[in-house]
Amino acid sequence: MAFNYDKYLRLEKMPTLWCWGCGDGVILKAFVRAIEKMGVNQDDVCVVSGIGCSGRFSSYVDFNTVHTTHGRTIAYATGIKLAKPDKMVICVAGDGDALAIGGNHTIHGCRRNIDMTMIIINNFIYGLTNSQTSPTTPKGMWTVSQKAGNIDPTFDTCDLAIAAGASFVARESMLDPKKLEKMLIKAMEHKGFSMAEVLSNCHINLGRKNKMVSAMENLEWIDSITAPKKKYDAMTPEEQLNILPTGILKQDLEADEYCDMYAEIQKVHQGERKVITQDDFAKKI
Amino acid sequence: MATREVISTGNELAAIAAVDAGCMFFGGYPLTPSSEVMHVISDLLPKKGGVAIQMEDEIGGICAVIGAAMVGQRALTATSGPGMSLKAEQLGLAQMAEVPLVCVNVMRGGPSTGLPTRVSQGDILQSKNPSHGDYKSITLCAGSLAECYTEVVRAFNIADRFMQPVIVLLDETIGHMHGKADLPTVEEVEAGIVPRKRFDGPAEEYFPYECEHDQPAVLNPMYEGYRYHFTGLHHDKNGYPTEEIETCRKLIQRLEDKVALHEDEVESYEEFMMDDAEVMIVAYGSVSLAAKESIRHLRKEGIKAGLFRPITIWPSPAAKIKEHTDKIEKVLVVELNIGQYHGEIQRAAARLDIEGLFKVNGRPISPYEIVNKVKEL
Repeated sequence: MAFNYDKYLRLEKMPTLWCWGCGDGVILKAFVRAIEKMGVNQDDVCVVSGIGCSGRFSSYVDFNTVHTTHGRTIAYATGIKLAKPDKMVICVAGDGDALAIGGNHTIHGCRRNIDMTMIIINNFIYGLTNSQTSPTTPKGMWTVSQKAGNIDPTFDTCDLAIAAGASFVARESMLDPKKLEKMLIKAMEHKGFSMAEVLSNCHINLGRKNKMVSAMENLEWIDSITAPKKKYDAMTPEEQLNILPTGILKQDLEADEYCDMYAEIQKVHQGERKVITQDDFAKKI
Repeated sequence: MATREVISTGNELAAIAAVDAGCMFFGGYPLTPSSEVMHVISDLLPKKGGVAIQMEDEIGGICAVIGAAMVGQRALTATSGPGMSLKAEQLGLAQMAEVPLVCVNVMRGGPSTGLPTRVSQGDILQSKNPSHGDYKSITLCAGSLAECYTEVVRAFNIADRFMQPVIVLLDETIGHMHGKADLPTVEEVEAGIVPRKRFDGPAEEYFPYECEHDQPAVLNPMYEGYRYHFTGLHHDKNGYPTEEIETCRKLIQRLEDKVALHEDEVESYEEFMMDDAEVMIVAYGSVSLAAKESIRHLRKEGIKAGLFRPITIWPSPAAKIKEHTDKIEKVLVVELNIGQYHGEIQRAAARLDIEGLFKVNGRPISPYEIVNKVKEL
């Protein structure tokens, strides 16, 4: 029997404002299937989104949902999680949202290693606002704010998250929804800060001006710049240069989770243990 | 009223007040001269099972506070002028989505980095409209050490009643002043807590933003079986984004009217020797302490001066101000800015001959400066 999404969707909000052929819907469906497979109660999940096409994600799914300001997703989610550490928090943001205006919260969310999942939908462009350069727009591409061609160096979301200390980092594209679904389950099951980057298409506002006028052409391009981690690791540095590895890129099961550590702070103040010192940590600096 | 005597500072009292009022979450960022609020509350909250977190920036601080408030907790942030500027956009979201919180602003010299360790009252107008758009701010201003406590307590109750942020203005002098304060007992504070309204019916009949034209939204805590949507966009009764013309108009009008039509519930002011006053001094915050001292001097010299001190700054006690200014010819507004509240007094009084004594060099106004100014009138 085909999967019934209705239980998890706000049907009165359909159709979505996403363009025909947009990858965001594929990601939304993979997310819903992942939640169903995990057997989590809808009431126990909070989906927090920012601003942009991805920002609308939260209004379409039937959970506790918060549509925040531009870039601040993780900061709102941090307050929500700390107030209810036993409940689930999922952040959804775009590349501009999470890596440009919200870059500070992204790196510190990774560093803090608070138990939440950050889904970054990376379509390499500001889609909702008509094609401005994002921190992941490839060099040399046309954008409406750099019509001569983008000269800004790009962020590698996953490298950034690994460097900033996220304990789970993975990347998939929406080209393979089954793989994506599995990756989202692993990300959400991981205790700690999980960064799940999902590459998606924006043939309307990235593709049209960059020789990828259809969704298929945009997706073929994404396919051409990605390779599973195993394959990627076997490549020469020259071959790796313009390839983004997919799959689970980091998983640290030993890292201290922030809510757990804060519980220790509470114990100190409640007289149940001595103050926290450097001796409490294997990795101190 | 049972009281207890404590010796403390304004910033410390603000933190203690929040905890006594049931605050369970603090999110903030170090900012002189407000940082002591975080220093104190970061010990107090974990002791009672709450959380105090120093975020990566001022914006993160208030975002986390709004998040905790969405889960149903009473939550506090504290900052000073530069932090208020950074928090402004999120205060707008809290106004739009109707999320209650308390934001303490210990005012320092501005604009920009200004005079970080010195006193000012330069954020009066900012506290009226920190964010873009239409809404009606509620701003309280502590004029004594005791009020650093009582006004923070009151702010939490007002925030939950009106479902919106409430700003409590301290200034550097009050925040760092160290002395004796008579406070209500914790039992008394706890007895006065008015919790947020909540909906207890079946989830399918719950529409958080469906309310009377002058009433706030009824927002149940998240994770309790009532799933709905928070957004900074114009929204319908479910919180879902909409551009429907009448829904949009009604929403913004309601944000205004829920406060404007109930100003009596937040109005607060002090009248000091106003009964027979022939000179009316208007002052608030730490300046009101100097004003009271100056009035004692003036009265010894036969000048019948009195003080009108607004405690709720926004909305201003305009009707009460007019009642006085209709009778009293000489009116002097004393403040540590170039007339930010002076304009409001002119508006309330419907008079353009209101005098002003303003100071913007980071130093307090002395009673003698006020005495001399009154003699010139």
